[in-house]
Amino acid sequence: MTTPSQTVGPFFGYALPYAQGGELVPEDHPGAITVTGRVLDGEGEPVPDALLELWLGETGTRGALDRRGPGVSGFGRCPTAPDGSYRFRTARPATPYLALLVFARGLLKPVATRIYLEDAPDPLLDSLEPALRATLIARAETADAYVFDVRLQGEEETAFLEF
Amino acid sequence: MTHPPYLSPAYRSTLLRAPSRPPLRMKADADAIELTSPVFGHHEVADHEADLTAQHSGEPLGERIVVSGRILDGSGRPVRNTLVEVWQANSAGRYAHERDQHPAPLDPNFTGAGRCLTDDEGRYRFVTVKPGAYPWRNHHNAWRPAHIHFSVFGTAFTQRLVTQMYFPGDPLFPFDPIFQSIPDAAARERLVAAFDLDATEPEWALGYRFDVTLGRTPMEDS
Ligand SMILES: [Fe+2]
Repeated sequence: MTTPSQTVGPFFGYALPYAQGGELVPEDHPGAITVTGRVLDGEGEPVPDALLELWLGETGTRGALDRRGPGVSGFGRCPTAPDGSYRFRTARPATPYLALLVFARGLLKPVATRIYLEDAPDPLLDSLEPALRATLIARAETADAYVFDVRLQGEEETAFLEF
Repeated sequence: MTHPPYLSPAYRSTLLRAPSRPPLRMKADADAIELTSPVFGHHEVADHEADLTAQHSGEPLGERIVVSGRILDGSGRPVRNTLVEVWQANSAGRYAHERDQHPAPLDPNFTGAGRCLTDDEGRYRFVTVKPGAYPWRNHHNAWRPAHIHFSVFGTAFTQRLVTQMYFPGDPLFPFDPIFQSIPDAAARERLVAAFDLDATEPEWALGYRFDVTLGRTPMEDS
């Protein structure tokens, strides 16, 4: 019998984030990209107490949590700032997307979504109507800097996934 | 239904944060990276991180307890080497978090965060103090039952679980909208640890047992 989920609450900030948690690769890693954005609520207000987890699908050469030395960590964790913003630096994934989980006070269970780096044919994307599809595609600000906002609720609500 | 719904109006913070559409049910895709999980190494997590009473120069105040249990998958198999993280208020009900404004004392000898990896039987064990109940601003005279926050990984990113462990017989259960957000009474009971005399250490600490069962991955269902 599955153990039920409960909210991460407002007070995880001294416990779950860890040093360089959002930096899955060192700054000088060849081909490193940044993914930044904001988490917004149903009124478009920033969510200042969310926790985002990024997963590349492979643990990586450094280990999931380890941030020492060169190479890749396949897992990252970043709390939102008071303005609802987050920032990851990562390697490009082997897949067209990165897996993202968002936890927050007020979320009794996490929301799961995908950050697609390009709008290309894909079984999931192709199954969605255009407005919903657009919520999963990061905006490329430069060749290596992507922006992806998470809208928990409302008109432009992000497409969330269940497996 | 095991998990709470996103929208649970009695817990006011859900009102503007609960998604309004149900999540999209993913079609079977054996290559989906969400069906895999980070692998953790013992070099990444030190043994002493599981003792929340030994992180400062002195011992924290409060009732010393040992919380242990197993992390299992949906088929009852142990989940080995998975990361278990805990955080909690001190024995007075105060978090070592800058935004906690509850006028209860901080304890200089207690931070209240720990982590460990499960062993080959899926077992974990933390030494800590029993957290106090604390007030929150959800409604008039709102108090959270004493709880320890748990974060568990598992063998697939889809199994990722964050939850809260409660203590048996807490009189605040009927009044807590977070605990009560779980619709099924039997499922709520699965969040209540059991007092465990076998895990209790004479002249030293009470033992509580809390087992966690992670959801099935879709691949196991098919
Ligand atoms: Fe709490």
